[in-house]
This record gives sequence, C-alpha cells and structure tokens, in this order.
Amino acid sequence: MQRKLPLTIVLLTGIFGAVAFFVPHGAIRSVDSVFRNDVQRIIAAFSLVLGVGSIVQHHLIKIQRKATFWQYSWITLIGLLLTAIIGVFGGIDPNRPGILPTHIGSFSFHIQTIYSNMMVPLAATMFSLLAFFMSSAAYRAFRARNLEATLLLAAAFILMLGAVPLGRTIHRELPAFAEWILAVPNTASKRGILFGVELGVFATSLKIVLGIERGWLGGGGGK
Amino acid sequence: MLSCLVALLLCSISPPGNVAARDVPNDEGGNISVTWTRSPDTSVTSYRLLRQSEGAGEWETLGFVGRLATQYTDDAAANGRRYQYRVIAASPVETAESEPSEFAVASAQWYDTDTLPALVGTAILVFVFLYFINRAKRDRNLFIRRISGLDHVEEALGRATEMGRPTLYVPGLSSIADVATIASLNILGEVAKRTAKYGTPLIVPNTDPIVYTVAREIVKESYTSAGRPDAFTQDIVFFVTDQQFAYAAAVDGIMTREKPATNFLIGMFFAESLILAETGAATGAIQIAGTDAVAQLPFFITACDYTLIGEELYAASAYLSREPLLLGATKAQDYSKAIIVGLILLATLLALVANVSVNRFL
Repeated sequence: MQRKLPLTIVLLTGIFGAVAFFVPHGAIRSVDSVFRNDVQRIIAAFSLVLGVGSIVQHHLIKIQRKATFWQYSWITLIGLLLTAIIGVFGGIDPNRPGILPTHIGSFSFHIQTIYSNMMVPLAATMFSLLAFFMSSAAYRAFRARNLEATLLLAAAFILMLGAVPLGRTIHRELPAFAEWILAVPNTASKRGILFGVELGVFATSLKIVLGIERGWLGGGGGK
Repeated sequence: MLSCLVALLLCSISPPGNVAARDVPNDEGGNISVTWTRSPDTSVTSYRLLRQSEGAGEWETLGFVGRLATQYTDDAAANGRRYQYRVIAASPVETAESEPSEFAVASAQWYDTDTLPALVGTAILVFVFLYFINRAKRDRNLFIRRISGLDHVEEALGRATEMGRPTLYVPGLSSIADVATIASLNILGEVAKRTAKYGTPLIVPNTDPIVYTVAREIVKESYTSAGRPDAFTQDIVFFVTDQQFAYAAAVDGIMTREKPATNFLIGMFFAESLILAETGAATGAIQIAGTDAVAQLPFFITACDYTLIGEELYAASAYLSREPLLLGATKAQDYSKAIIVGLILLATLLALVANVSVNRFL
C-alpha cells in the first residue's frame, strides 16, 4: 500500500497531464491548472518548513560536534533568525513598515534593504568569480591533450579571431567562416543533443508513469 | 446647395464588407473571431466593433482597431450564446456601418486538432517503448552501448573509500518539476547504495526544499536496501538555500573544507556550473558531471573528468542498476532516435528531389 498509492497517483496524474495537453476544454484545463499551480504551491510551502528545519538541524549538529569551522554555523543560524524576525515583524521596506522598529536614525534595515545591500552584492561577487574560472577552464581546455581538445582549441581560436578586427586583417573571409562555425556545425550538434534530451525526458516520464522507474520512491532505480 | 450635395457625395465612405463571425477553433471556448474586408476608402482611420447578443435589442461596443485590421477576436463571449457582429468604418468626419454578420456561437473543444502531429508522434514513441520494455522481459541481456562516465562511478567511489574522504553529490539547481532533477535523483539512489555498502561518507546539499525532501527519502531507502540503515544520518542530505549563488558559495565551501574525493554534479545547472566544476577540479576531486543544459555542457566537459551528455543522463539509472525493464526503455530511446534520424534524412531527400524536379520544369 505504501508503494501502490504513490504509484497509482503518479499513473493517474501522469495520464491526466498528457490528456490535458491535447484537450483544450476548460473542464480539463482548470483541473490541470489546479495540479500544476495550486497543489505545487501548497507542497512547496510545506516543504519550505522542512527545508528550514533541515538547515537549522544541520548547523546545530555541526556546532554540537565542533566540526571544521563550526563557528560559522552560529553566523548562519543567527542570520537566519534575525532575517526571519525582521521579515515577519519588521515590514518589507520603509514605505510598508511592520510592528517592529527597523531603523536607527536614518539607517534602515528592512528586509528589502537587507536583501538589496547584502544578498545582491554577495551574489554578484560569486557571479564575478566566473571571469576567473573561465580563464582557468580555458587554460585547461586549450592544452590540446587529445584530438577533441585540439578541435575545441582550433574552433575557439577561429571564433575569437573572427570576432576581432585582426581576423579580417588576416583573411577577409575569416569572420564569415567563424559565423559559419557557430551557425552550422555548432547548431547542428546542439540540436542533435537536444533530440536525445527530449527523447530521454519522454522515456523517463513514461517509465515513471508506468511505474517501471521507481528510484524516486527511494531505494535506487528499478523495481 | 448643389455644391454642398456634391461635397457630401464625395466625402461619403464605403462600409466594410463580408463581415463574418465564427467560433475560434481548438480553444477552451469564450472566443469568437470576426473578420471583414476593409473599406476601399483611404480616408478610413479606424474600425469599431459592435456585438449584439440574440434577443438583446442593443449593440454594444467591443473595441477599436486600426485601419489596416481585418480581424478581431471577441474574447468575452459566453459559451452557447448566439452573437452577431457589425463593423463601423470611421474617418475623421463620418462613419459607415456594415451589414450584421451571421450569428456565431462560442464553444469549448475536446480535442485540439493542431496537436495531431504530436499525438501521432507520441503514439509511435509509446509503441516503440512498450515493445522494447516487453522484449526486455524475455531477453534480459539487452546490449546497451558503454557510457564511460558511468563505468567510472565504481572507481570514483572506490577512490573516495580508499582515501577516507567523502563523496559530494549535487543534484542540480532546478525543481522536482524538471525531469533532469528526477533523473539525477534516480542516479543518487544508485550512488547512495554504493556509498552505504563501502561505508563512504556522502554529502548531498540541496537548493530546492521539495528536492531535498525526496532526496532524503531516496538516500534513506538506499541505505536500508544496502543493509546499512544504521549508517544513514539526518545530516547526509540537507537543504542549503534556494538562492543560486549563495548555494554555489555553500557548495564551494564544502568542497574546500571537506575535500571530497569524488564530486557528482548531476542534474540541471545554470551559470554556477563552472564555479562548482572549477572549484572541484582545484581540490583534486574526481568529477562526474551530467546535464541536459546544452549551454553548460562545455564547462563540464572542460572542468570534469567524465560528463554525461544530454540523453546519457536519462539512461544512467538503467545503466547503473542493470534492471532489464529500464534497459529496455533505454534501448527504445536509441531506436526512437534512429527513427527520428531516418525521418530527417528522408525529409531532406524529399526536399532535394522536390527542388530538383521543380527546377527542371522552370
């Protein structure tokens, strides 16, 4: 029963989802919308509570065991608690104040202020690291260890030359050739991969709906 | 007097013609499409749409459209009610009203005929899959081509065990609604079985609360099925944050602090893929990546030791578990691709033949 019930629900909702794609009638579409939007939102709301529970538990265990850099776990927990209190009781921004005072003089610390002044710059910093990682990845890729890496190196070299004025100076057809590499062989291989991906998505969906793939129920794939 | 009459005759504009109304096909009802032919007069600047419900005496204005328009969709029609429409051409000085259209009724359809090719394609693919799944029940030794990334899973986990270091499994940054995430969770089940068997610590940080919940159950079940339920602890699978770069920072931190010997980056990834893969490479871990995000594949191929490209991600759980029915579905995947390639070649050939034939007659 513990396994049959979720499998039956998946079978019925899977078939219903496929039918809803072909049937435009409002009776089907409205039920489909309830499944896709409302039910998913309700589950997400409950699972968020589990998520917060998980992060709290994880860091409490680290503190308890004095794991490597366990001190940072205090920062996470205190940050989580303060942000939650400010978010729930302190209002969203200065124009929508809550019941708690969230400014000291002209210094405001509403949830929106915290998000804009802490989360956004920190996320931008992480994103900026990409520039450095691209250089190190390019170095690794351009060492031409084998045929594939050599082809990658050659294609990238032509594309880079085609994108700068020096390329035209070397040969006037070089920019057009670089464009051709991007538009023809590159697009062709991308589409080839996408064909496989879509078939894989189809196969996985069918396996789950038919109950052949049960890995998501726990215990690995298969029956 | 005569000059005024002449001026009036010259200014008179013709009304729009052939006003027709019909139910919009393949929709959930509530829509009627109104078409007309434009007034030949160039002084017309706009058209006004009028609607009258059967039995109601008055015409109501639906809206205005520009002088080049010949179609308007009434999206506020009640299903089953009969409506007729009129179109009024307007110039800066006068208007001209068309004859009313025939009555039209909006209705919801039970089948969208535009999806017929998709329906036929789906039916063919379902048939191919069911055939191979059925065949797999009889022939339990179906051949599946080797996937090098998956062949090295055992080796990578063995290395982590020998070094006494943990294995990190990142199930991507998408939600459970993404099939790539489900495929990743299926692989996680197989990896968790092996780490449980070898006694290798496993770390599974999550970015989606629902994925976290499912991943925790999968790992727990895997440890149980491997005969090591005691080895499962609550801090193996945990939720980190749903913020993309905060998650990347957290996983990078785990990589540099815990120094996992093996990293699995499998699922849907976005701009953080290279940040994760490069940090993993810098810590000296064996990295097995897999994604169907075409834009991220070059980063993984460059920075990881093995990469599951596109469809290989979906074949992985069958490949690792060697479950005959799953292998049958994977086999069907290959044959379906062969059918699609065959159809593309046939269509290309037909297009070439048609082109040659047409050119011959020109």
